[in-house]
Amino acid sequence: MLAWTIYISFIGVLVLMLLPRDAARAARIVALFSAGLSCAFAFFGAIQQVQQQSDLGAVTTITKVPWIPALGAQYYLAADGISLMLVVLTGLAAVTGILFSWNIEKRTNQFFAFYLALIGGVYGVFLSFDLLLLFVFYELTIIPKYFLIARWGSTRKEYGAMKLALYSFVGSHLVLIGMIAAWVVAGRQLGHPTLDLTELAKITFSAGFQHWVFPLVFVGFAILAGMWPFHTWAPTGHVAAPTAGSMLLAGVVMKLGAYGCLRVAMVLFPEGAKEWQWAIAALAVIGIIYGAGVALVQRDFKFVIGYSSVSHMGFVILGLATLNTIGLDGAVLQMFSHGIIAGLLFGVVGRMVYDRTHTRDFNDLETMNVGKLLPFAGVTFVIAGVASMGLPGFSGFVAEFQVLIGMWQVYPIATLLAGVGIVLGVGYTLRAVQRGFYSDTPPSPYASHEAHGHDDHPMEPISIPERIGAVMLIAASLIIGLFPSLLMDWIEPCLKSPMFARLLHGGAQ
Amino acid sequence: MNTDYLHILQLAAPETIVTITMLLVLAADLTLMRGQSIVARFHVGAFLSALGCGAAALYALHYSATDDRFNGIIVSDPQTNFVKVAILGLTVFTVLISTSGKFTEHVGEYLSLILLGTIGLMFLVSSRDLLMIFLSLELASLVLYILTAFNKHNARSAEAGLKYFLFGGMSAAFLLFGFSLLYGVSGSTNLTEIAQALHGKGMDPLVLVALVMTVIGFGFKVAAVPFHLWAPDAYEGAPTPSAAFIGAGSKVASFYILAKVFSVGFAGTEGSALMHGYLPGWTPVIAVIAALSMVLGNLTAIVQSSVKRLLAYSAIAHAGYMLLGVLSNTIPGGHALMFYVITYGVTTVGAFGVVMVVEEATGSDALSNFAGLSRRAPVLSVCLLIFLLSLGGIPPLAGFTGKFFLFSATVDAGRELGLLWLVILAIAMSAVSFYYYLRVLKQAYVEDAPTEAPAIRVPGLTLLALVVLAALIILYGCAPVLLTQYL
Repeated sequence: MLAWTIYISFIGVLVLMLLPRDAARAARIVALFSAGLSCAFAFFGAIQQVQQQSDLGAVTTITKVPWIPALGAQYYLAADGISLMLVVLTGLAAVTGILFSWNIEKRTNQFFAFYLALIGGVYGVFLSFDLLLLFVFYELTIIPKYFLIARWGSTRKEYGAMKLALYSFVGSHLVLIGMIAAWVVAGRQLGHPTLDLTELAKITFSAGFQHWVFPLVFVGFAILAGMWPFHTWAPTGHVAAPTAGSMLLAGVVMKLGAYGCLRVAMVLFPEGAKEWQWAIAALAVIGIIYGAGVALVQRDFKFVIGYSSVSHMGFVILGLATLNTIGLDGAVLQMFSHGIIAGLLFGVVGRMVYDRTHTRDFNDLETMNVGKLLPFAGVTFVIAGVASMGLPGFSGFVAEFQVLIGMWQVYPIATLLAGVGIVLGVGYTLRAVQRGFYSDTPPSPYASHEAHGHDDHPMEPISIPERIGAVMLIAASLIIGLFPSLLMDWIEPCLKSPMFARLLHGGAQ
Repeated sequence: MNTDYLHILQLAAPETIVTITMLLVLAADLTLMRGQSIVARFHVGAFLSALGCGAAALYALHYSATDDRFNGIIVSDPQTNFVKVAILGLTVFTVLISTSGKFTEHVGEYLSLILLGTIGLMFLVSSRDLLMIFLSLELASLVLYILTAFNKHNARSAEAGLKYFLFGGMSAAFLLFGFSLLYGVSGSTNLTEIAQALHGKGMDPLVLVALVMTVIGFGFKVAAVPFHLWAPDAYEGAPTPSAAFIGAGSKVASFYILAKVFSVGFAGTEGSALMHGYLPGWTPVIAVIAALSMVLGNLTAIVQSSVKRLLAYSAIAHAGYMLLGVLSNTIPGGHALMFYVITYGVTTVGAFGVVMVVEEATGSDALSNFAGLSRRAPVLSVCLLIFLLSLGGIPPLAGFTGKFFLFSATVDAGRELGLLWLVILAIAMSAVSFYYYLRVLKQAYVEDAPTEAPAIRVPGLTLLALVVLAALIILYGCAPVLLTQYL
């Protein structure tokens, strides 16, 4: 059932490519239908597995057929609790992204074709338990991202798109080097080639090998997770992307990177992870503080969210660096939480505000009193903002709290510094709320006249699709915030499974 | 020895079929098709060529028993015959894309020259004898020089042809010199016997000179740095189908025989290109050339504004990757090399086919002429997307699968991951290559066409060929077994 999430997305791509160019309405409906259907498949597939599987930590095979025998590669789709959670997140992000891009009029069918191709690739990564297959889906997402941004984006779109594409490509090539090296070493140890992740996870690579391969693979994936100092694609890419693009980038694409770090780099090379733990933690903390600090001084509304993403993804990386159960729990939950909240923030800023005011500059927004003109946008942003700063009751709190507890057991000083990042997070969020929505600065006579506020026609009201999308995301964040056990019950068994045993409990297998 | 001529004919049957086809194409064009339009003549010629090549390919697939009774002059074995089939297939596609060409009135001559070149390449892959290798290589090369200079309306074509000819002639001299030394040392022209004679001699200075000369000679043929200087001009000046032929069919044959000459003929003098285990021999020489080709080809391609030149530099870079397969010198390495070269050939013919259509419609192959292609010719631009992404190594296209085969086999070949340094370089350079392929695609998909640019009408047969090629790339990428089962 879960595998159909991938197939439906790609069938949607084919249908959209065959649609006539000016059938914008049909394109939207096809896109929403296939995203909705794959979301439903993701959701019910996950429920089904939860009900049938007594142990969610076990890797449940969906399909496993030989693919390239010479390499030992298989078409191996499977899922454990972590995959399930991320697949559901992808479904949610895909549907809301389409709802938030209902107003795309230019080459609608191509836009949604690239969009669904990206979604299909993301589903594929989360469900692949064959290293080569995972890599194939991982790289498959690069091209749609590029075209979505370069064609339908805004501010310096071609620069942002190319930067994102090259960063992703460089990252995946670092992974490729590590993957080939691991394949060769594993093949010699086993006597037959294999790329099966569950099998590779049982192999003990020599410490010397892990020492250099782990950073290669980890950094390769972490580039996409926005780890400092490889994060610079994130703000420019997010800002340049169309709304749905930034929602997906922040919502799920950055999770691909984090997922890869966890599933591939850390599980296969646990010794390397222990050796480099301090470095990852340091970079994560720098990312948290740096992202938050830079977000605090931005003039462009979307840059604030872009840098806040870097900061929040820092928590995911920090959680990974704890190498203990509670920290990893938090990291995985933070993936979900940030996916929801960042998607919502980008939706509000990109679609609700920017598409109507045509400016993202705080100096202009201040004079417009957006909060009064677009009350729904204002309220949604406030909710998303407090969720993002980690107010108890929302998903972000549970996740970041666990990360901090986990880190306290390893490097207390890092926990304290990350706490500074949280305080800064409160700062930039409040500043954004205040300057973006609820400022009563009168229009200055010297203000730029390009901004929308200076002409007369009223802003169109917030549309129904936007409202539905926003409510869905807020509800998801609230539900997980109030009942974190819903997802914790999916994540925790995985971390107790044999796959993670070496990582979390030393050499015991 | 009593030579059985009938048996020779049986072994050379595919070549014979193509020879007859060639004569038929020429005769038909000069008699029946006289006075017809160029398009019609191209279509009839292409039809005949495809028929003949198809028949030859079927024969080669069917009668592929291992047979080496003529001491390596002409051999037959399943792998060799499959490589022949691949060359024939690439020739058919080259001929099909040339049907939309308007660069010549001498249709019959052009098509029969392509077939003649194919015959040379087929003989090349089926010989294990230095003399025969040299002869068939020269047959193919002479045809390529003429094909390059075939556009009489374009001075650049003549210039490219001359340049290619001068460089090629020089390289032939090097190759012949190398071969003659090899014969002098070993007393035989048969590759296996040469290896036996060289066995235990180590790195004799004479062998070393022969080795270097041979590398230089083949280096020119496959356009590896520093012997690549002819390639960009030849690709740019030549009529586009000729460039496709140089880049596809001839590359497949050259690499196949290059690998054979070194792995069989120079067996025992491999040396080692391992990171901490350097030993003199042919693998370190190839390693250096491979590294140079990858770096220079990719970095120079970045700044090109002519798409054909860009493809030429990318061809140099790809020759670098392919040399990794040669120097890995293992059975999986050889399979990976052939998979890579054949899929590269398919991609190259396709890419040049797209360039050809754009060139005919807009007047040149400048990068800016691709602007708005996705709107002006949607199907064509999807094909271009697939070809270039495959060249760039994006999964699940054949280019990626080939790279993975090639790189993993290379790393696997070296003890203690000693060849990883080359693979890391290759992968880094492949990341660079992504940038310039994306530049072309950006023109096609992101930039807008100049206003009032009309839709491009793509000739039916060319479009069909391109769609089939694109489908093959996806197919071979997703299910490489379809190709590897024959290798």
